[in-house]
Amino acid sequence: MPAPSDAAAVIPEQISTALPPFEVLITHHGAAVLRVCRALVGPTDADDVWQETFLAALRVYPSTGSVRNREAWLVTIARNKAMDHHRKAARLPLPDGGPGSGEQGLGALTVGEHGVDEHGAGETGHGGGDVVVRSVEAGETAAAVWAALATLTPMQREAVVYHHLAGLRYAEVAGILGNSEAAARRAAADGMRALRALLDHERTQKQ
Amino acid sequence: MNTVKVAGLLAPIVDGEDAAVANLAAQFTAAASAQGLVDVAYRMIDSPVGQLLLAGTEAGLVRVAFAVEGHDSVLEALCAAVSPRIMRAPARLDAAARELDEYFQGRRQSFDLPLDFRLAQGFRREVLGHLPEIGYGQTASYAAVAAMTSSPRAVRAVGTACARNPLPLVVPCHRVIRSDGSQGAYLGGAEAKSLLLALEAGAK
Repeated sequence: MPAPSDAAAVIPEQISTALPPFEVLITHHGAAVLRVCRALVGPTDADDVWQETFLAALRVYPSTGSVRNREAWLVTIARNKAMDHHRKAARLPLPDGGPGSGEQGLGALTVGEHGVDEHGAGETGHGGGDVVVRSVEAGETAAAVWAALATLTPMQREAVVYHHLAGLRYAEVAGILGNSEAAARRAAADGMRALRALLDHERTQKQ
Repeated sequence: MNTVKVAGLLAPIVDGEDAAVANLAAQFTAAASAQGLVDVAYRMIDSPVGQLLLAGTEAGLVRVAFAVEGHDSVLEALCAAVSPRIMRAPARLDAAARELDEYFQGRRQSFDLPLDFRLAQGFRREVLGHLPEIGYGQTASYAAVAAMTSSPRAVRAVGTACARNPLPLVVPCHRVIRSDGSQGAYLGGAEAKSLLLALEAGAK
């Protein structure tokens, strides 16, 4: 909240804030929020939660000039909407597919940690291999990663998702989780270690 | 575009998410519009005077902007002056796009659109209200327009009102020219102004 001052009484609130068109929030943060939704409620229900998140954000948007980090704000709304969703559905907060359902995809886990560190989603087949096969493999691989995420403790999963998938700093992650920055960092590290072990294990098993 | 660098281990799950987000954004725009949450809808159209931005509120067409005005800064100005709840939502501007298209084809001489004049207050608003009195294919001098208003000597202010017309084309400030018969300036550029006057002269 801005400190009260004489100027604040004179200047209409919309002038004191420089909000971008709402549409820009979707362009910049739509993907990160989708990852959060998928991680928290699973791929099937993620779309609904994403819609609820952005509708709720749009409703209050004109009065959010004091929000400093819009992505952290959106992630917080998404988390609340995900909790509402679980409450309504009385479901466990696990994405679709348990630990066992990744089997079919893990054999195709050709995209190792070392292959794409700098490229992320833009990874475009180093070997120039069959594009169709690669895209099918990518889908299966994604399913395997979601399944692996689902096996983490809620705290670890959220820390991994907010930091590594949504790009929030640990201080912001801690703000959302209600713990300390150190605890958020530890939870994310533990989560990533568990994920790596699980995915490596299943990959070698399949080979 | 999302700039988060996703760790290699997690990279597979971002595959195809751009398409998913585009799809979600389209559904979102429709839902938000239906719930009355889009205060300003906008769309782009191509025209003989370049790409035009059309923006509308629930009340009507609120802004027509030429590319030379800088569409990003036009949207930012709309954020500040109207509302930041702005989405590219073409449906609300369908009628405006159609009428402008007909105008550029020489098949329409006046516009029949609800207009939202909130971006022009006071004397500027008064001036804009008189411009439709200059018929299609006609011109009037800044002095002649001033004479129609409550301040008949405010010739310069008429020029300012035209230069800052939020609804060019639809509110025909291009029909206002200098007393010596030369065309004068135009917020869409001098070329655009002569193109419009030639269009209206030719289609008569």
